[in-house]
Amino acid sequence: MSAGREAAPQGSAARRIWGLMYRHLALYRRSWPRLFELMYWPVLQMVVWGFVTAYLAGLQSGPASIAAGVLLGGVLLWEVTLRAQMGFALSFLEEVWSRNLGHLFVSPLRPWELLAGFAAMSVLRTLVGVGAAMLLAFLLYGFGIWRLGPVLVLHLAALMAMGWAVALGVTALILRHGAGAEALAWGVMFGIAPFAAVFYPVAVLPGWLQPVALAIPAAHVFEGMRAALLHGVVAWDHLAWAVLLNGVWLAGAAWIFLAQFQVARERGALLNIGE
Amino acid sequence: MDIPALRVEGLSKAYRPGDRPAVDGLTFTLPRGATWGLLGGNGAGKSTTIAMLLGLLTPSAGRVIALGHDMATDRFAALARMNFSSPYIALPHRLTTVENLRVYAHLYGVPQAERRIAALVEEFALGDFASRPAGQLSAGQKTRVALAKALINRPALLLLDEPTASLDPDTGDWVRGALERYRAETGAAILLASHNMGEVERLCAHVLMLKGGRVVDEGSPAALLARYGRDDLEEVFLDIARGRERVPA
Repeated sequence: MSAGREAAPQGSAARRIWGLMYRHLALYRRSWPRLFELMYWPVLQMVVWGFVTAYLAGLQSGPASIAAGVLLGGVLLWEVTLRAQMGFALSFLEEVWSRNLGHLFVSPLRPWELLAGFAAMSVLRTLVGVGAAMLLAFLLYGFGIWRLGPVLVLHLAALMAMGWAVALGVTALILRHGAGAEALAWGVMFGIAPFAAVFYPVAVLPGWLQPVALAIPAAHVFEGMRAALLHGVVAWDHLAWAVLLNGVWLAGAAWIFLAQFQVARERGALLNIGE
Repeated sequence: MDIPALRVEGLSKAYRPGDRPAVDGLTFTLPRGATWGLLGGNGAGKSTTIAMLLGLLTPSAGRVIALGHDMATDRFAALARMNFSSPYIALPHRLTTVENLRVYAHLYGVPQAERRIAALVEEFALGDFASRPAGQLSAGQKTRVALAKALINRPALLLLDEPTASLDPDTGDWVRGALERYRAETGAAILLASHNMGEVERLCAHVLMLKGGRVVDEGSPAALLARYGRDDLEEVFLDIARGRERVPA
């Protein structure tokens, strides 16, 4: 430290991240509609798909009932990606809507701590939302996603990481284009779903589309899920691809976010984002 | 060596290449323990200057050294000992007064946070609405909460953008009193952008008059009044805004 410079009283990164989390948890503490919304869509999806699969399984026994389990697994695991992405992006949007970003960006909260806080909130939101749907799948349809075994944890982590990568990209677009880009926070994952091989193998897709699908981390997770549920094996190769691709997606999304953050600082957008 | 609270060297900002700069070659040094004012009409460059001082806006040229830290390379070390308040940047509306203060106590790493929050609630008379969401507060109550947030980390450098805008005279006077007390007790430096000439005369030891992004005059309120042969700063402000000559020495 140069002469005369004072040491700033630095709180820990963990405390700053907790401060951001506390800000969002306080929102939920008094708002039952927000809590309800967390569970509403995952549970609704599970109910609809649960009855569809129960109907299919009733038509034919054997392979059809196994396929039903694969469908339910796909629904549950895709919800993890979707909720992780939305949990992250909506936390950022809460700051935009409340016009609080100016206060956050002049506090000692580092950009990576901001992102870590949003990621932590997305974990909590996903646990509440998808946890309820997983419980319902077990109680109503006798389908326990945990039949994937301990490797389920790796599947979940890979899907959440992909959700965060997409959310980072959405957040970067909101920084660049303002709240006008917020519709992407709600809809972007639905555009990816058809190529992520959630309900069918990558091999079903046209040949020219398969490389696109295989560049999506979730496609490897779902291939792995089908291998586990249909054949009882752990597809380590697919998991390794999912991890590798997530690294690339996260690095790319973080680069885009930081670049857009710098552009926002140059344009003065950090103060009036939300308009 | 006693370093200044703020050293600004050749600070400029043009939002697009080729545009007229919103701030053009601003240079000044704010000493410790002083309250200075930034005065100027709409578009004079006050808010752009404050945004650059806080690191919210990247300067086109020049640099800002806050509390000894270069804001281009070491801004988080400075930000921990700075704070900011503006009626134009809200606190989360659904969080209560105390929850908002708690969030910022965590973000600024305030030791013994609950004790500090209790002291601020007492000092700024926030008790009656401590558990009320910020969105349900009156303008005066919001300003008091925003000021409490701005002092949560006992900043050595406080930047205020029109801290008493839209307040009634009584609340405005109360806020000015609180700022005077804080500066006297802590020796903090305060930089104040305001349109309220009475406020600037009362609080500021030195005033930077901005026009077109440049400092066109500066000095103590008394020196400016003498220089322009006026009785109050509002007349000086109008002289500068309308390009009238100062009184020959």
